Amino acid sequence: MNSLGIAWMLAAVQTLIFVAAAPLLAGWVKRLKCHMQNRAAPVVWQPYRDLAKLLQKDMVLAANASWLFRATPYIVFGATLLAAAAVPLIVVHLPTAAIADMIVLVGFFALARFFTALAALDIGTAFGGMGASREMTVAALAEPAMLLVVFTLSMTAGTTNLSAATEFVLQAGLVLRPSFLFSLFALAMVAVAESGRIPVDNPATHLELTMLHEAMILEYGGRHLALIEWASQVKLLIYTVLIVDLFFPWGIAREFTAGALALGIVAVTAKAMLLAVVLVTWETVLAKMRLFRVPQFLGFAFLLSLLGMLTSIVLETGG
Amino acid sequence: MNMAGGIPLLLAYAAIICAVMSGAISLFAVRRHPGFLHTGSFLFLFIAGMADVVAGGWALLANLIVTDQLALGLPWLEWHLRLDPLSGFFLVLLGTLVTATSLYGPSYTREYTHGEAPQPLPPLGVFTATFVLGMQMLLLADDALVFMIFWEMMSLSGYFLVVYQHQHAGNRHAAFLYLLLAHVGALVILLAFGVLAAFGGGLTFAQMRAAPLSPLWATLAFAFAFLGFGTKAGMVPLHVWLPDAHPVAPSHISALMSGVMLKMGIYGIIRVSYDLIGEVRWEWGVAMLIVGTASALLGVLYALMQHDLKRLLAYHSIENIGIILMGLGMSMIFLGSGHPLLGTLGLVAALYHTLNHALFKGLLFLGAGAVLYRTHERDLEHMGGLIQRMPVTAFMFLVGSVAISALPPFNGFVSEWLTFQTALQAPALDNGVLRMIMPIAAALLALTGALAAACFVKAFGIAFLGRPRSRHVAHAREVPRGMLLGMGLLAVLCLVLGILPVPMIEAMAPITQLLVHSALPSATAQGWLWLTPVSPDVASYSAPFVMLALILVFGLGYLFLKRGAVPTRRCSPWDCGFGQLNHRMEYTSTAFTQPIRRIFGAVWKVEESVETSTVGVGPIRRVTGINHYLHVQDWSWLKVYLPIGSLVLEAARRIGFIQTGSIHTYLKYSFWTLIFLLWIVSI
Repeated sequence: MNSLGIAWMLAAVQTLIFVAAAPLLAGWVKRLKCHMQNRAAPVVWQPYRDLAKLLQKDMVLAANASWLFRATPYIVFGATLLAAAAVPLIVVHLPTAAIADMIVLVGFFALARFFTALAALDIGTAFGGMGASREMTVAALAEPAMLLVVFTLSMTAGTTNLSAATEFVLQAGLVLRPSFLFSLFALAMVAVAESGRIPVDNPATHLELTMLHEAMILEYGGRHLALIEWASQVKLLIYTVLIVDLFFPWGIAREFTAGALALGIVAVTAKAMLLAVVLVTWETVLAKMRLFRVPQFLGFAFLLSLLGMLTSIVLETGG
Repeated sequence: MNMAGGIPLLLAYAAIICAVMSGAISLFAVRRHPGFLHTGSFLFLFIAGMADVVAGGWALLANLIVTDQLALGLPWLEWHLRLDPLSGFFLVLLGTLVTATSLYGPSYTREYTHGEAPQPLPPLGVFTATFVLGMQMLLLADDALVFMIFWEMMSLSGYFLVVYQHQHAGNRHAAFLYLLLAHVGALVILLAFGVLAAFGGGLTFAQMRAAPLSPLWATLAFAFAFLGFGTKAGMVPLHVWLPDAHPVAPSHISALMSGVMLKMGIYGIIRVSYDLIGEVRWEWGVAMLIVGTASALLGVLYALMQHDLKRLLAYHSIENIGIILMGLGMSMIFLGSGHPLLGTLGLVAALYHTLNHALFKGLLFLGAGAVLYRTHERDLEHMGGLIQRMPVTAFMFLVGSVAISALPPFNGFVSEWLTFQTALQAPALDNGVLRMIMPIAAALLALTGALAAACFVKAFGIAFLGRPRSRHVAHAREVPRGMLLGMGLLAVLCLVLGILPVPMIEAMAPITQLLVHSALPSATAQGWLWLTPVSPDVASYSAPFVMLALILVFGLGYLFLKRGAVPTRRCSPWDCGFGQLNHRMEYTSTAFTQPIRRIFGAVWKVEESVETSTVGVGPIRRVTGINHYLHVQDWSWLKVYLPIGSLVLEAARRIGFIQTGSIHTYLKYSFWTLIFLLWIVSI
């Protein structure tokens, strides 16, 4: 097999690992959170059990659900899968990274969100409408901040390609760039908002006044719900790996040898577990915000990303 | 005429003759045989559209420049015509939309003869034909005279089409505003041509191209052209006519207006600044980028507040014109600072978005027209559940919504992605301020895109999903096949342009060669699968792979999950134990955008109040009704147009004293004017 074939195969395997490992991260986060809040913790692979249970269940649909409602879980999962394929997990320079750059990645998330929001409106209950309205509002504020971070990084690295940007950070070595620091904080805040964590949203609630994402998928069940839940777990892993790749990529494999790949797996696992600790601490010490405080939170993220870009232009490129 | 390359031009002439025939049939035959409009008039329009596509496409792909002179008009003023890749591109755009609307029109116009208030059809047919004719000819014009004649023909026909249902006072008001601003715009365009003609020594575009312009005069000419054509394109703050005029025209005309007529403004800007003036300056680009960003953001924010479906779409046209202007502005900044390749990238992004917007906005207006046709409803608050009653229309509208929200793998995403990529090349610039404003503009474009997605979740979700909110919407039926065919054509093109961007960009090379003497070799170098605007290391996007992967997920999902599963059970949704859910419990369009209205409150003049009427006295009262009033207004109307309007009225009142109403006074005026003119002539 030639090297291109190996590369494509590795890309496929990496995407599969990505999708397969996502529930593990969710389980790890849940376990840590329980420990930190003095509760009895489920085992780490509990999310797999939940998914298996949901996949086996019989389907019940609302009487007036349209084809769009049934197609949405597949679109959401497909878009998330594509996003996962574009993010380097254990190895850079894979051909799938060229399919989509960072802007397209944001586009995939937007596609998934668009259809989730539509499906929420499909049944015609007030919960769905409320969830859709709030989710689209939060997204409208988070997306510019996210893209501004992407712009800052790509203007410094000279590329919007994730693999190439990771390579740039690896080659630059340990340089403290103020713009990257601002961008890191901004991206972390956006990631919290986009993956529906505290303080923007609470993934563990079913109270109508506090939920965004859960309100949208309230009418889903069975394999549809399994796909959507799985997709949001993959999304959390994507944001984690995105932060790892862009700011702490050391350890990721740069050639296709067994040793490098094994090191890559170990490195990304360790870093994701550490980031999960940060997330859990954050979620434990903070309380959920009121909806109209969220614009301030995301406005701050936008401000940080803007500062990041301005420092990058003023301080780092000279001129 | 050069006969070797003359066939495309002859085809364009054939298209023009077909448009004339279409008008003639409506004028003479409809009264006796009403069915003629549905077949003959639209048939000729269909042929005209097809011929335009072929003629324009030929000129574009073969990179032809064909000129011709017609001995029409005044004896010493021949009409100069020219078909080149740029006009070819816009002819393709025009032809595609005319073809789609002529498939759609026959069924749609039946409503006017069979409805409750029948309308005469001949004016509609005639003015549609002259409207199309005006646009065809102005694209072929190679001198300012022909251009202005047909520009006016387009504008005036547009007036009659807007005022077609003149029984409603609102339509007459909208049409008047349209006419007023169209003429202010035309006047300014005339000034731009005046500057160019004065230095070039003639009215033909060839003379204008050769005009030696000082930077100051060139900037003046550009400023006039930008203002004049920008009025037609609907840029902020010259947009106020647009959201009033477009919705009230018949829907297939709305599609042509938003899809094509606005693009004539873009054509004018490109033709005058890139072609006639030639040397673009980066300062113009900055102005255009700022105006474009403002138009994009304000357009979408105003659109969010609308609950009239067609008005919402009209505001989105302002947004998309803003995006096009942003691409053009960045292109000018790069060209003016000596980066021809990046300037070409911006121009390609703008042209691609021009074509894309024509397709998806045409599609969306036709979809809104289909809803209007069956339900007689433009207000989102009365719609709902149409996906069950009109499944095909719903699907088409969904395609348009996804495309306009700039989501992969549809066409809107490709052009916005190209615009982003252009903005990200800002580090190439030397000027620090320029390096800063381009990424900030791009971030605002990201905000615009996200808000547009929110707006179309609202538009599609409230109109087509959920439960019907009124009786006639609950009993709607699918529209006739011809209308679906018109929409289907545009929907397929939206997908094709989204999946195959590389061949499309390759096809645009002659335009950029003509205008900026540069093409984008790197964008298409990696084959049709990979779009790499600058180089493969910098950015790449593969729409075919994205589409393939989505299809794969659907296939696998069906294979593993659906097959062999227990049949799905249907039951009523969870109603929180309150009993039957009804449409009054659904989220409304106003409720959907309430968070955004609150967050961006300063953008609109919002008047909101809740009135509770109660019966009884004392601490315990019985509530008999709760009324919510909401009035959202455009600041530019209140702060710019109303003061100007009152100023004009005041001035007219002051000058009014010279009107005595006596014939003697007027004779005296004429006498003194004559003396004055004679004096001027003598010195």
